[in-house]
Amino acid sequence: MPFPTPLAVERLSKVYGEVTALSDVSFTAQPGRVTGFLGPNGAGKTSTLRILLGLNTATAGTATIAGVPYRALDRPLARVGGSLSADVFHPGRSGRSHLRALALAAGIPAARADAVLEQVGLAHAGRRAVGGYSLGMRQRLGLASALLGDPDALVLDEPINGLDPDGIRWMRGLLRALADEGRTVLLSSHVLSEVQQTVDDVVVIRHGRIVFDGPLSDLEAGTARVRVDALDRTALAAALAAAGARVDPAEQPARGLVVAGLDAARTGEIARDAGIALTHLSDEGDGLESVFLALTADEEGIA
Amino acid sequence: MTALATDLARQTASEFAKVLSLRSWWLLGLVLVVYIAVTAGGLAFFLSDVGAQLGGAGAPALDPVVSATLVYSSVTAVGLVIPLLFGALLATTEYRHRTLTPTVLAQPRRGVVLAAKAVVALVMGALYGVIGLIGSVGVGAPVLEALGESSALDEPEVIGLVLRTLLATALWSLLGLGLGALLTSQIAAIVVVLAFTQFVEPILRILAGAWETTAAIGRFLPGAATDALVGAGILSSLGSIDPTVPQAATDALLWWQGGLVLAGLAAVLLVAAAATTLRRDVE
Repeated sequence: MPFPTPLAVERLSKVYGEVTALSDVSFTAQPGRVTGFLGPNGAGKTSTLRILLGLNTATAGTATIAGVPYRALDRPLARVGGSLSADVFHPGRSGRSHLRALALAAGIPAARADAVLEQVGLAHAGRRAVGGYSLGMRQRLGLASALLGDPDALVLDEPINGLDPDGIRWMRGLLRALADEGRTVLLSSHVLSEVQQTVDDVVVIRHGRIVFDGPLSDLEAGTARVRVDALDRTALAAALAAAGARVDPAEQPARGLVVAGLDAARTGEIARDAGIALTHLSDEGDGLESVFLALTADEEGIA
Repeated sequence: MTALATDLARQTASEFAKVLSLRSWWLLGLVLVVYIAVTAGGLAFFLSDVGAQLGGAGAPALDPVVSATLVYSSVTAVGLVIPLLFGALLATTEYRHRTLTPTVLAQPRRGVVLAAKAVVALVMGALYGVIGLIGSVGVGAPVLEALGESSALDEPEVIGLVLRTLLATALWSLLGLGLGALLTSQIAAIVVVLAFTQFVEPILRILAGAWETTAAIGRFLPGAATDALVGAGILSSLGSIDPTVPQAATDALLWWQGGLVLAGLAAVLLVAAAATTLRRDVE
């Protein structure tokens, strides 16, 4: 049974020379949940994860694994497994030799190397040199390295990158299963749709600042938008506004009202309760991806 | 065992496993043994009476021990570039292939990683000494015997040279590690290793020998210190081969002083690397 291991980042900042890569970044990835760390390339995802795993040093702030900085962990690979790049292997060394060398360093039984190769579906290629691996195979080897110590938490940077559709399905199932066992899973991606089916919580970063942090359902709630019309448009608008929705006329007057913050079912119920007959009701929600894009769009002057 | 000793033992085992899982260690050994065998064989031939007669100059007969030590010291005269290169690659390959990331994830105490690599560098360096001696003694001694010279293998001076050769190659491998850890760039390390051993240092030693004051400093160059350590070397033995070369203006270092110079230089490089490049962000 994994030891509950939250991954917490608090008020992190990182300055490279003149460039501020991270400013005041805080969030926590909880045990038993898959947390998606999302943002465009260059937003600061990798910097944050590298600081969390003790590879890079923060300019200010802390990053801890169940309250302990990575470099102070007693048996780091047994607490948190990380895969930050599919490009960290010597091309002349076999995947199995890579894992066995890591196992030796971490005091992990050598048999784990074969076990994790099996787990990620690389058993057939374990004795081949990594130079001959595809990107997808190197992603799997990275995941195998992360799983080597049977860790309580996982930190994966763009783990879907380079996987074929079968591989993506497999990865989703595996991450779900690991979280359901009580492990903490933190993964980054620059495409929300890639991880939408996998994540429970979402942290969105843009220009080194957190712009959203909450359950995926909260992000989804913000996307609800319906277009609705009735013969008595004024009464309908009043009823919807009374239910807490934001109601605006559609761009073309003939197309009725646009309601934000309510889904189609709820809108229909409100109209029914107010005794108003609808002449039109359609779901105009533009989906998570566009909410995500709006959050991370450049013209919004958050900085 | 304390936690630190356990970590160091585990990391050392891991570093050995990494070295042995690649081909480069034995390819370097193969190059070394062939290179040294050819050099020692050739040297044995030209230092023998047969070789001297071919030269036609009527060179004076050399003390058999001097000829033998010159032949056997081919390892340190021309072969140190191999352990030096091995040590440098031990550090720079982690940067070149970005394997430093998994390495320090498994062992976040980077000083432990460097210390483990130092152990591997010393042991593998001594192994290159053995491989080099297989070339120099294994080929040089039979050639000397075949040409009617003494192989002098039972002379204490020769036995001492053989043992101190292992120390020299081990220390040069450690020097390479320090250099590689400090430079981090594989290309830069290879260029520096080749340029320094094949070009810069030999020229500096010859120039330094020209004046008394510079000769005193020149004794501390790594190659000169190595000749002092093993007790023979082509550049420092020119006087006994060709009497027309003037005797060195300054006494050479004692063998243990030569060893200390090399160990001290390696320590300076390693400490400098630990204080600078090793603390940087791992990219």
